[in-house]
Amino acid sequence: MYEFNYHRPKNLDEAASTVKDADDGKILAGGMTLIPSMKLRLAGPSDLVDLAEVEGLRGITVDGGSVTIGAMTRHFDVHSSADVQKAIPALAELAAGIGDPSVRHRGTLGGSIANADPAADYPAAVLGLDSTVKTNSREIAADDFFTGLFETALEEGEIITAVSFKVPDAAAYMKFPQPASGFAMVGAFVAKYGGDVRVAVTGAKDHAFRVPEMEQALGANFSPDAIADIVLGEEDMLSDIHCSADYRAHLVTVMAKRAVAKAAG
Amino acid sequence: MSIKVSMNVNGKPVSAEVEPRTLLVQYLREHLGLTGTHVGCDTSQCGCCNVHLNGEAIKSCTIFAVQCEGQDVTTIEGLAEEDGTLHPMQQAFWEHHGLQCGFCTPGMVMVGCDIARRLPDADEKTIRHELEGNICRCTGYQHIVEAIESGIKAMNAKG
Repeated sequence: MYEFNYHRPKNLDEAASTVKDADDGKILAGGMTLIPSMKLRLAGPSDLVDLAEVEGLRGITVDGGSVTIGAMTRHFDVHSSADVQKAIPALAELAAGIGDPSVRHRGTLGGSIANADPAADYPAAVLGLDSTVKTNSREIAADDFFTGLFETALEEGEIITAVSFKVPDAAAYMKFPQPASGFAMVGAFVAKYGGDVRVAVTGAKDHAFRVPEMEQALGANFSPDAIADIVLGEEDMLSDIHCSADYRAHLVTVMAKRAVAKAAG
Repeated sequence: MSIKVSMNVNGKPVSAEVEPRTLLVQYLREHLGLTGTHVGCDTSQCGCCNVHLNGEAIKSCTIFAVQCEGQDVTTIEGLAEEDGTLHPMQQAFWEHHGLQCGFCTPGMVMVGCDIARRLPDADEKTIRHELEGNICRCTGYQHIVEAIESGIKAMNAKG
């Protein structure tokens, strides 16, 4: 691993200015992706700004129609929260399926979505639950947040503080995990808000995306049959040794159908 | 650049000047000589390096020592009693022969204790699922699962 300078600021302003002033500063949240990347020298930041002691970044608040989760809240805290289990059980279940128990004791919501791994689980929930990503300077709609492979709308030095998820009438997340890593080969998050349905997919393309044709069909008929014949094109699908583009396209339909069946059931 | 770090390891205060890039597992093994915590993969997958941070199982190869400032770390060396009496989970691994080569064992025992703490009623299926982040390349899972099941009962009985 390359050398770096370590900072542990106490507040957001200090964190933001430290990361901005550094040659190549990086925010350290749970470190579950960043540290392994640094060990492999795939990342070599000059400075790490650890958010562990920044106040106000942890915790879960349920407020009427939304669940707001602090950026430094760990996967373990999300899946074991009685509030999340009650308001959005699909979100608690999704968090329970990230990594393994020891990873869930460290990994955070903010870290996951800032990293924007194409196969991460949280991006599907952020998009599917019509969320708002709150940062130290603004609020970003989920639809504008994920912009590319490991790319987000975040500016240099911008720090996620929380994500606010809209409580749906019904929702479910189904993923086909890569058998060795547990990452989503394809994961589909389906959420129903009255007559509106959101379908968000992770793992299939370079970043999480919605599927308008499925959303429309499910809006008219919220059943797996409604989307059985909707198969996405292969052109933008990821393809690798584990899963070809056409198989990923096929899995999108299968996972979305399973999610609908679960949400409806 | 070195930074001073202080923490409690197995109930004893320790401190040292370390480079920020020193991983917790390196600090434990190379600075403190606590070589019971193993490094099996270095890519956060195998679980051999599990220790408890403030009572929760974490992978010590995926956290910097400086992140543990002021916190409590327990390693496999910290489980048995002073007189050598094994912790109930260690005893269960012995009795059920929950190991072959022993390399993954420290991580398995630490995670076993973590399962017992969070899920005192865990059944076999749950235990297998909870061991997702621990790899045994002798593939001795059958006995490991039996050991953890028995260890959880022993820990529950001890209270």
